[in-house]
Amino acid sequence: MRTAFIEQLIIDARINPRIFLVVGDLGYSVVEPFANEFPNRFLNAGVAEQNMTGVAAGLAAEGYHVFTYSIGNFPTLRCLEQIRNDVVYHGLPVTVVAVGAGLAYGSLGHSHHAIQDIAIMRSLGEIGIWTPSDPGEARACVKHLSVNPRPSYLRLGKAGEPKLHEIVWDNGSPLQIRGGDSDLAIVACGSILENALKAADLLDRIGIRVTVFSCPKVHPLSIKDVSVLAGFRRLAVVEEHLESGGLFSALHEKMHRTMREGQLMLSIALSSSVLGRVGSQSYLREIGGLGPDSIAAKIFEWKSSL
Amino acid sequence: MISTIEMARRIRVESLKMVARARASHIGGALSMSDLLGVLYAKILQVNPKDAEWQERDRFILSKGHSTVAVYAALALRGFISPKELETYAQDGSRLMAHVSHKVPGVEFSTGSLGHGLPFGVGRALAAKRLNRDWRVFVLLSDGELNEGSNWESILFAPQHRLDNLVAIIDYNKIQSLGSVVDIMDLHPLADKFRSFRWAVREIDGHNHDEILEALTSVPWETGRPSVLIAHTVKGKGVDFMENLLQWHYSTPKPEQLELALAQLEIKI
Repeated sequence: MRTAFIEQLIIDARINPRIFLVVGDLGYSVVEPFANEFPNRFLNAGVAEQNMTGVAAGLAAEGYHVFTYSIGNFPTLRCLEQIRNDVVYHGLPVTVVAVGAGLAYGSLGHSHHAIQDIAIMRSLGEIGIWTPSDPGEARACVKHLSVNPRPSYLRLGKAGEPKLHEIVWDNGSPLQIRGGDSDLAIVACGSILENALKAADLLDRIGIRVTVFSCPKVHPLSIKDVSVLAGFRRLAVVEEHLESGGLFSALHEKMHRTMREGQLMLSIALSSSVLGRVGSQSYLREIGGLGPDSIAAKIFEWKSSL
Repeated sequence: MISTIEMARRIRVESLKMVARARASHIGGALSMSDLLGVLYAKILQVNPKDAEWQERDRFILSKGHSTVAVYAALALRGFISPKELETYAQDGSRLMAHVSHKVPGVEFSTGSLGHGLPFGVGRALAAKRLNRDWRVFVLLSDGELNEGSNWESILFAPQHRLDNLVAIIDYNKIQSLGSVVDIMDLHPLADKFRSFRWAVREIDGHNHDEILEALTSVPWETGRPSVLIAHTVKGKGVDFMENLLQWHYSTPKPEQLELALAQLEIKI
């Protein structure tokens, strides 16, 4: 996904002279093509995220659309107040890019697990939050952000994520990736969509044909954005993030006033049992309850209990 | 244009009136930097009150945002806002927030949390370099604020990128929020710290207008290096019963104290 990001950013930077990339001393074998082609619009700010974000705000105040790039929680939580005060409050065009969404850096441990970031960034209010599920969505997000410069957060996976769909989108509303014939839909954000689709396959084998949506834009959501979900009586929300404040919260906050009687939502988020655990992303997803089997089982039990 | 001395005097007068009227805090740090602001706004900053967003202007950033009354006063004295608006300071619905606000014409950046102004100013200085523009960036910081690690990230960064269009001014009044700098996080030797970080450094009496003017008219002092002006100041300067007292980081002058203070500054209410 990070390669798709940089490739699209380079394409956009060729026609948009305001695009500026600032990295926090990370991006080895990823960001070099941008640095080589646009040396005057590239900066390695060193291992200093507070300064990096303040500098990005300063550059943005002079007309640049700045992308700050780092991994995990470094460009978000380490410099949260700079994002809140310098970027968001001033409404400056800075896009914070974090590689390693969720448990992508699983074996690197707790410091590198980005599983609270959506909640924290979403609470800042006037900031767009984008969580592509595959390289194609990552490209589409960058394209969209390049022509809509504003405070934003782009939450990328890492590398080697499979292509999950061909669906084209423009505004980030939930995309229907797979059709079904039941009144149940899965909504997922980020690369965990892959497991959501596998869970849908498992359910399909026992005759439950669910619809699956990808939700690349998590915040802000409008009533119109979520209108495509309104027709489903049951929505299971899958996210590689702790339950508190993530996609489930975002959707529920937006939909609860207009939900019909009997319409229900189920959160399938990471269990806190994953905190402090170490291993591959797939291993940790299993522990956290986001393996395909776990997702399918939770949905089956939920449906059976109603 | 009024003299730097008269500008500083009026900044003090207006600052005292604003703080007293709003029953607000932080007059001590506003008085300590009034001479610096007097020189900046009367003689140094290339700014245009008729066009606050003029592209070629110098960028002035107040990082010690709690001392904003002095900046609002300077902006009113230079015609960015009306003197009458100063009466709304910190009142319901006012745009004159009690920490400096970018919604006020002439203000580049809102601060309030310490350690934000210098990184932002560094970004604007870097932008000037990348865009081949001649305007300069002045960032005014407090001494207590130098406890914040974010500043030291910027202090490392600025010389690395040869930002000689950047001037940091330290209002070194020796008193921070809960006591003396020397007792809490001693900055000594401050000039040596900056020198070792490859800044061009000058130390002056922050109330001597000739020294301030000479230093700020001659920046950059070294090609390729950012400048830091360490201005030794007195918290509460200009009002004898406020000088060097921690209390005036917090207290609001009572009416009789305001009258006394203004009398010392030779003006009637």
